[in-house]
Amino acid sequence: MSILVDRSTRVVVQGITGKAGTFHARACLDYGTSVVAGVTPGRGGQKLDERVPVFDSVAEAKEATGCNASLIFVPAPGAADAILEAAAAGIGLIVCITEGIPTIDMVRVLACLEGKETRLIGPNCPGVITPAECKIGIMPGYIHRPGPVGVVSRSGTLTYEAVWQLSQRGIGQSSCVGIGGDPVHGLGLREVVEMFEGDPATEAILIIGEIGGFEEQEAAAFWKTSSRKPIAAFLAGATAPPGRRMGHAGAVITGAAGTVKAKMEAFEAAGIPVILSPAEIGSGMARAMA
Amino acid sequence: MNVFEYQARDLLARYGLPIPPGHVASSPEEARQVAEGLTKRPLVVKAQILAGGRGKGRFLSGFTGGVRLCGDPAQVEGVARAMLGGVLVTAQTGPEGRPVNRLLVAEAPQIVRELYLAILIDRERRCPALVGSSRGGVDIEEVARKNPEEIYRIWIDPQSGLWPYQARGFAARLGLRGSLLNRAADVVVRLYRFFCENDASLVEINPLAVVEDEEIAVIDAKVGFDENALFRHPEIAGYREELIEDTREAEAMKARLNYVGLSGEIGCMVNGAGLAMATMDILQRCGAEPANFLDVGGGADQDQVVKAFGILMADPKVRSILVHIFGGIMRCDLIARGMVEALSHAKPKVPIVVRLQGTNFEEGKEILQRSGLPIRTADDLADAAEQAVAAAREAG
Repeated sequence: MSILVDRSTRVVVQGITGKAGTFHARACLDYGTSVVAGVTPGRGGQKLDERVPVFDSVAEAKEATGCNASLIFVPAPGAADAILEAAAAGIGLIVCITEGIPTIDMVRVLACLEGKETRLIGPNCPGVITPAECKIGIMPGYIHRPGPVGVVSRSGTLTYEAVWQLSQRGIGQSSCVGIGGDPVHGLGLREVVEMFEGDPATEAILIIGEIGGFEEQEAAAFWKTSSRKPIAAFLAGATAPPGRRMGHAGAVITGAAGTVKAKMEAFEAAGIPVILSPAEIGSGMARAMA
Repeated sequence: MNVFEYQARDLLARYGLPIPPGHVASSPEEARQVAEGLTKRPLVVKAQILAGGRGKGRFLSGFTGGVRLCGDPAQVEGVARAMLGGVLVTAQTGPEGRPVNRLLVAEAPQIVRELYLAILIDRERRCPALVGSSRGGVDIEEVARKNPEEIYRIWIDPQSGLWPYQARGFAARLGLRGSLLNRAADVVVRLYRFFCENDASLVEINPLAVVEDEEIAVIDAKVGFDENALFRHPEIAGYREELIEDTREAEAMKARLNYVGLSGEIGCMVNGAGLAMATMDILQRCGAEPANFLDVGGGADQDQVVKAFGILMADPKVRSILVHIFGGIMRCDLIARGMVEALSHAKPKVPIVVRLQGTNFEEGKEILQRSGLPIRTADDLADAAEQAVAAAREAG
C-alpha cells in the first residue's frame, strides 16, 4: 500500500513533446512508471521513442489507453486549461509541475474542481512518488527507497535533501508528495497527512513546511486530534524577511500566521517535534520513530 | 510586484475610480508646473517610495514628512526641492531609508471621514476577499489587533464574481447611507473589476475618504500585481525596471533569477526556493548571516549560472560564497561548468564552498577538481555551512 500512486497507475503526460515533458517522461519510464500516453494538441499520431503514443486530447488518450493519472508540463499560459482538460476527461489524479501559473487562474481551476472526484497536486511542485513502484514527477528517483515514512512537502529540492538524508540512514519512504510552492494549489498539507494516517504502509510522517499561509497549522491541528503515528516537521525560512517573496509565490510572510515562529508554536502545541537544522532531518525523523 | 502610488493612480483612473487630480514630477520646476495646472487648493506633495508610513517619515537631511500640504505652487516647489534626491526613512523602510526620485503633486480635498478598502486573494479559502473598515487612514494591522470587530470581510465566488448588491451591502457595513452608499458601492465594483482584469495580488485604498460635497475619493492607493501573470500585462511588466532599487536585484531580474538582496556576509547560490531558505537558515544557525536569497531554479542554463555567480562576486559585502545544489531537473555538471566559466572571467576574491548532490553530482565534482580552481567541496549540508562560515571569518 501507499498513497495516491502505485504499480497500477497509468500515466498520460500532457506537453510530452516539449523539452521538459520529453525528458521527464523518459525518466519516469526508466523508473518503471507506466507512462501509457502523451498529449500535445496537433501532434496526435506521433510516438515518443517509438513506444508512447501521442494524442491530440486527454479524452482521446484516456479512451485509447485507459490512463488514470496525468503529469502536466504545459507552459504557464496554457497550464490551467490543461488541468481542466484532464479533469473533464475524468482523470482521477492530476500532477501539475508547471511553475508560474497566474494565481487567479488557479483560483478559477479550483472552483471548477470543487465537488469533483479529481485530485490535483501542485502546481509548481516536484510531483509524487511511491518508491520502487511509480514516480509521477521530476524528482531524482535514485535517492528514494521503499519503507515506512510518508513525506509531504511544500518544496522541491528541499524534499530531495530530506529524502536523501532518510535513505542515507536506511529509512525508506511509503510515498513522497510535493504539494507545490504556490499560494493557491490543489491537495494541501492537512489532506496528505490525513491520507498517510489512513495508509497501512505508512508508519510515520515527515512534514517539510515553509513560511507563508496557514497550512502547517491546519495539518498540526488534524494530527493532534486524529493521528497517533509518529511525526516530525522541518520549517524553512526562519531567516526570511517579511514581505519579500522567497522564490515560491507562496513563500512570503504577509501576516503573523505565515512566520516560522507561528508555525513552530502550532507544531509544538500539537506535540509534533520540530527539527531545527536542515542538516538533521534524517536524524530527527529517526528520533521521532524511536 | 508593488508599484508606486502615481502608477497605481494612473491605472485605477482608467476604471473610473474617483481620484483627486494630480501628476507625477521629478524636478522642483516640474512640481511647480503640475501645481499651477491644478485648480483647487490646498495641494499635497507626496514622496514616491515603495513603503508606507510616509507621512510620519523623516528625511536623512532632517526635513520632516514624506507627505506635505502646500497652499500654492511656490510652496510646492520649495517642498519638492527639499524632498527630491533625499532619502526618506519611515517605520517600514529600515534605518537606511529609500531614495526619493519622484513626487506626486495632487489636489487635497477636505476629508470628512476616512475608510479602509482592500481586495486580495485569500489563499486558505482560495478566492478573492474584500476587506473593509470604517476606521481608515491608520495602520490597518493595528485596527485588526485592537478592534477586530471593526474589520469587515466578504469572500467572492470567482465563478459568479462580485454583484452590485454585495457591494452595496459592503458599503452599508462601512456606515455609508444615501447617495454615498451608491457611490461607494460603485467604487467597490470598479475596484473588483480592476483587480481581476489586471491580475492584481493586492489593492489597498487607505484611506478611501468621504470628502466635501458628499463625494468619495481615493486618497492613497497601494497596488501589487501577481508576478506570474505579468506575461499577459506587458504595460505593467514594463514598470518593473524602474521599481527595483537594489542594483543586485536589477541584474538578477535581467538574468531571470530569483534573487532577494539581504545584508549578511555569505553569498548563496542554491537551486530551489525551499532549499535556498533552508541553506540561509543553517548559515544563521552557524552564527553567520546570508548576503542574499538566490534560487537558480530548476531549468537554469549555463549562462544564468555564470550571471548568478557574477552577481555574488560583485557584492562587496560577500566574504565567502556557498553553492548548494541538489540536482533534480538541474544537472550538477551544468552548475560546475557555469562556475568554471564564471571564474575564468574574473578571479574569485573570496573563498568558495560547494556542495553538489543529486543528478550528475560526480561529474560536477570532477569538473571542479580538474579546473584547478580554489574551490572547497563539502559532502553534506552541515559540513558545507560550517566551511562557508569558517571561510568568511578567515577572509573577514
